[in-house]
Amino acid sequence: MVLKIFFPQCCNKADSGLLVGRWIPGQNSAVVLAVIHYPFIPGQVKQYIHQMRGQSGVDLTVLGSWSMPKEGQEGMESFLRDLSTIFPQGQWLQLSREMGKIGFRCHVLTRDPNGKLIQQEKELKEDGGGEKGGTKRGGGEKKGEENKVEGEEGGGEKDKVIFIHYEQRKVMLSQLHPIDNGVPDPQTESQLPQLLLLQVFGTVCQSEPLFFLDKYDDGPVKMTHWQSEGREGSIIVELMKQASTPVCLLTTWMLTLWTSLCSSRILNMRPMRFISSKLSTCVQLSYRTEHLQTVCSPTRATAHNHFMRKANIFVSFFVDVSLGLLLVSWMYRENRIGKLANTLVPAADYVAKELEELLQWLMGAPAGLKMNRALDQVLGRFFLYHIHLWISYIHLMSPFVEMILWYVGLSACLGLTFALSLLSDITALLTFHIYCFYVYGARLYCMTVYGLSSLWRLFRGKKWNVLRQRVDSCSYDLDQLFIGTLLFTILLFLLPTTALYYLVFTLLRLVVVMFQGVLHLSVDFINSFPLFAMGLRLFRSYRLAEGVKFRVLCEEPGTPLHLMMDINPLKVSSVVQTYRTPTYSCYPKDSWLALCKKLFLGELIYPWRHKTTKID
Amino acid sequence: MQNGDQHYSMEDETYTDIDGKAISLECQSHSGFCREFTVSSAKVSIGRVMAYTCAVWLSAYIIFFVTENTAVLSSAIIITLVGMMVRIHFVKVDHETLLIIGSLGVQVSSSYASGRESTDFIEMGKIKDIVINEAIHMQTVIYYLCILLKDPSDPEAVSSVVPLFQSSKPRLNCLVKVYKSCQEILAKC
Repeated sequence: MVLKIFFPQCCNKADSGLLVGRWIPGQNSAVVLAVIHYPFIPGQVKQYIHQMRGQSGVDLTVLGSWSMPKEGQEGMESFLRDLSTIFPQGQWLQLSREMGKIGFRCHVLTRDPNGKLIQQEKELKEDGGGEKGGTKRGGGEKKGEENKVEGEEGGGEKDKVIFIHYEQRKVMLSQLHPIDNGVPDPQTESQLPQLLLLQVFGTVCQSEPLFFLDKYDDGPVKMTHWQSEGREGSIIVELMKQASTPVCLLTTWMLTLWTSLCSSRILNMRPMRFISSKLSTCVQLSYRTEHLQTVCSPTRATAHNHFMRKANIFVSFFVDVSLGLLLVSWMYRENRIGKLANTLVPAADYVAKELEELLQWLMGAPAGLKMNRALDQVLGRFFLYHIHLWISYIHLMSPFVEMILWYVGLSACLGLTFALSLLSDITALLTFHIYCFYVYGARLYCMTVYGLSSLWRLFRGKKWNVLRQRVDSCSYDLDQLFIGTLLFTILLFLLPTTALYYLVFTLLRLVVVMFQGVLHLSVDFINSFPLFAMGLRLFRSYRLAEGVKFRVLCEEPGTPLHLMMDINPLKVSSVVQTYRTPTYSCYPKDSWLALCKKLFLGELIYPWRHKTTKID
Repeated sequence: MQNGDQHYSMEDETYTDIDGKAISLECQSHSGFCREFTVSSAKVSIGRVMAYTCAVWLSAYIIFFVTENTAVLSSAIIITLVGMMVRIHFVKVDHETLLIIGSLGVQVSSSYASGRESTDFIEMGKIKDIVINEAIHMQTVIYYLCILLKDPSDPEAVSSVVPLFQSSKPRLNCLVKVYKSCQEILAKC
């Protein structure tokens, strides 16, 4: 198997020293995390690495030595070789690089079972000339000996080395989403530990404590890694971290007060519970409370998923509230809300007038159809009276409408979603009479259809067997048949009238339902869209990684293969799919076919059904 | 020739794709166990672009002549531009590359006419084998090269198949060359 060495780009120009990193078992790979420079005391190095191992949980070891000789450092190589005896390892890497050359060289020393060190040549091309040799042991006779060793080993071709350069900062900050059956899932780490890339990313991520010492610190060792030029930090982030704990505690306290108020006995009586489950504003309110509780919990989010969920909720809440405030400021300027309230009652009047005209039309000869006069008049007058009642009610309420709307409109400060839910609720309340008409018409039609089907069976001499759930033949008496046929005929000739009323009111109801559905869908979209994840994907695309991509770097003959590992960012559609906040989403309960069947039979339809997330 | 790499582009006999259009194959060997294969399709042909544009604009002018509505002309221009941008950015594949690195994995990348590259890397731990499969496409039988992926729960079963060179669709002679090279590397590591 080929030996793969992951080498950070920041250490390309580091001075000579020891390599610190981790061997990945089973994959014949090593991840180099940092280079420790001279001068160092081996005891202190061992102690430091032991301490880091405890802090980070990563199996850190000294992998080998790194030599980049500058002028005046000729004697390093033998010193480096002797180091391998101080740090006993199974395999000892000797990486070297010369000034002015791009490629690295690698020698691997392994311990054979006797404890002796054998050197294996890992160079791909045995170019002639000692000056090309990475170790300056001086003289051609050493070279000949190496050749002999190689010959005895049976050739160095079977053991090869790949250098994979990676950018340490990006790999550390990124989160890999391995695709499992086509769906990216950051949680498959626990199930597939043997994949090489996951282990590499995990190693670099967990070794964060190793990167805390920079070159300005007076630590026991001097290292080179991505932060050794100076630790990164941002004042704003630090201030926010300090301020967040008291703010979180305060918000949690307020939220507990609010939830205890909501679950008090008065508000939990049957009628209030029923109303609050029907009004979408109350549903949205409870949902946002839940969200805030998640965000403001004082414990830090450790898992990536948890952190992303918190961040998404926070950003979406923030955007929602700012849009709501914008809307409120626009509406309350120049008293637009007063104007809106003043148009509400005339609008309701207009709708009622249109409905009256519609009913008058139905009571006449609608579209040239001939209705049953008596039934027509009865139904028409019934509905007209209802409209009259409704209009009187609206006129009764009209002086208070402006005030109510003014105060209720202030609740849009809580967010744009609240404004939209409020609009949906107001529509529902104002079109309540259409809903009532729909229910009356549907029930009447439903009864007619059921009666007709049952009497049709009687007409043919059959009966519905409830026990067996099938149609059986049955012998009826003569008077049963007589009355049944009579009723069947009556219902049949009354069917067009009831069907027409049902059709008209169902269409009206569907229009209202569509409008409410659009509002609910937009509320759902604002609730669930992962804004933070999308922002990360657009501006820091390396943080969400779908995979990696490799690029072959130009190398010189005689050096092993060098590859550059870049991060392949997650696709935008996968970001949305993975990080969607789960909501109480409205989705169509029935398929189109089931819906049509229900409409035909006259069953009441409630096309949008809320998914309940909590059972209270 | 670059340092240490060996190109084999002089070896490409004229390869064609399954529709008969000419394509070219370039093999590059970066090291003993790392090889790169690039299959390039025909570039965007300027004649076809001009023909389509002229056809659309001519019909737009005729409609304008009949209806005297200038919105027709502007919409024709917008449609042409948007259509061209969508085609070169999302549809037209310039070349497809297969980079196989022994004991690390296989990288498949498509490069579009606008320069956009979409890359996918599959680790060696997930790869079961690289094979040439047959498929029945309309009235023909075509061959395609694909990577068989292992099922995480059952190492002997194949969980999914990743077809390669989807847009260029080279014929069997080209696929056999690539297949032989890949199998050499898979056998070594």
